[in-house]
Amino acid sequence: MTRLAVEDRTRFLIRRDHPWWRVLAVVGILVVWELFARIGWVPVLFLPSPIGVLREGADMIVSGEIAMHVAASLRRLVLGFAVGAALGISVGIAVGFFSIAEAVGTPVIAATFPIPKIALLPLLILWLGIGEASKVAVIALGVFFPMAINTYTGVRQADPLLVRAAVAFGARRWSVIRKVMLPSALPMIFAGLRLGAGTALLLLVAAEMIAVESGIGFLVLHAGNLMQTTKLMVGIVLLSLLGVLSHWSLNRLERVAISWRQDH
Amino acid sequence: MRVVVDHVSKTYTDRGGRSVDALRDVAFTVEAEEFVALLGPSGCGKSTLLNVIAGLLAPTRGGVWFDGARADGARGANARALSAMVFQEFALFPWRTAQKNIEFGLEEAGVPAAERATRARHYIELTGLAGFETRYPHQLSGGMRQRVGIARALAVEPAVLLMDEPFSALDAQTRQLMQEELLGIWDRTRKTILYVTHNIQEAVYMADRVIVLSRRPGEVLADVPIELERPRTEQMAGEPAFVQAAERIWGLIKAQAWAAIAE
Ligand SMILES: Nc1ncnc2c1ncn2[C@@H]1O[C@H](COP(=O)(O)OP(=O)(O)O)[C@@H](O)[C@H]1O
Ligand SMILES: [Mg+2]
Repeated sequence: MTRLAVEDRTRFLIRRDHPWWRVLAVVGILVVWELFARIGWVPVLFLPSPIGVLREGADMIVSGEIAMHVAASLRRLVLGFAVGAALGISVGIAVGFFSIAEAVGTPVIAATFPIPKIALLPLLILWLGIGEASKVAVIALGVFFPMAINTYTGVRQADPLLVRAAVAFGARRWSVIRKVMLPSALPMIFAGLRLGAGTALLLLVAAEMIAVESGIGFLVLHAGNLMQTTKLMVGIVLLSLLGVLSHWSLNRLERVAISWRQDH
Repeated sequence: MRVVVDHVSKTYTDRGGRSVDALRDVAFTVEAEEFVALLGPSGCGKSTLLNVIAGLLAPTRGGVWFDGARADGARGANARALSAMVFQEFALFPWRTAQKNIEFGLEEAGVPAAERATRARHYIELTGLAGFETRYPHQLSGGMRQRVGIARALAVEPAVLLMDEPFSALDAQTRQLMQEELLGIWDRTRKTILYVTHNIQEAVYMADRVIVLSRRPGEVLADVPIELERPRTEQMAGEPAFVQAAERIWGLIKAQAWAAIAE
């Protein structure tokens, strides 16, 4: 009589964490890049070396150039993001809760949402002038749509049983919105914030390529015009850092705001 | 205080214009401090009736009256609700801790924070939730969740407690324990309770009176008094009064149940 052992047949499905591969990937790319630049096959004008970029960045920190550009960009970004998110959430809740607002809002949003917001920049400049207002406005507009749509969806998805329970315990309209609809919509709202953060960065760079003297978008464009590729690269690294930073802070914020969720 | 259900009918009409008769001419009264079970096959309109009594749904005909209830609509510290509901699916707010869930109705009634905490404390002790105040619903077992549901309802000090199959989502052992516990709570608070169930044993074990509804559209088939002493014990399930009442009710709804299966 033979005896067969039962094996775990799901083994190949198990996904392990590979911390070393993560580090290796980043370091590996940088090393290969540095080598390429050193060998000199590619001229420095096209591909500056990572160490060169680092050195340039350090110089720009010392001279205060980076602080100046980052501060200008952050101001536009935070202001536009805040205005767009606040408006988007308010409109999303109104459209999700009030049937008249829904009847008015859905077709209007459906018609304006597909417009690439960047196409509106010239119009915004005409209306608001070439200064800061039009730049903040285009970012706000880009954030507004994903926020409004996600908040609306989140509000519509609120569990009717919880709404009924709230009403059974005396909740009126504003309580239902504040204590049931809004917390129900929070996960969707955060998904919208994440989408909006990406759009905001894109629009920031585009807006900063028109008639400004500061900001990371200006830095990139200006350096490109002067063929200062190393400086240009510093600008791109800054944008990447900005993206990572916004993602990270949204994650932190979400963990605090939705601490009651099972999967946290 | 008594609750008068005065010839209530309810017809649902959906968007397609089709209509469903859920309740037909249902009339009965619940006296103060009475524990009344409302029993009927599923889909017969029990939840519909409870929602009408709670003012969450307008009846097509008839109405519900609370005789002798204070109707001053007091807010603040003396707020008292006409009715409060305990839901089959618990319906707890997942973003609120047990204590915050219990305080919900008090918040809406404008009860000051200090008074809210005192009242919540009282019902947390009463329902055996001490030590679980800061847990979120998903961190609680089914039995514990429904304790929160019961405490939330009791906290608004309703004239009548409406319970819609409150323990049917629990496993059999937990259900048995919760039934005993509810009887204990009822004994201490002397709340008027209208308890919906489709379980004959449960209805007979707990209630002073069992109102039997027919299948849809729900009509009152019988009003069966349960002549068992209080406090009720599990052993009473063997007593002649228990067996007779259960058999009488089963006789009333057996044919209905068959028809429901065949449907
Ligand atoms: N909102 C509604 N619209 C249409 N029909 C409904 C609605 N709610 C309940 N019904 C129907 O009314 C009947 C009674 O439902 P319900 O009161 O939930 O029964 P029970 O609680 O006794 O199981 C069922 O046939 C159900 O399908
Ligand atoms: Mg029901």
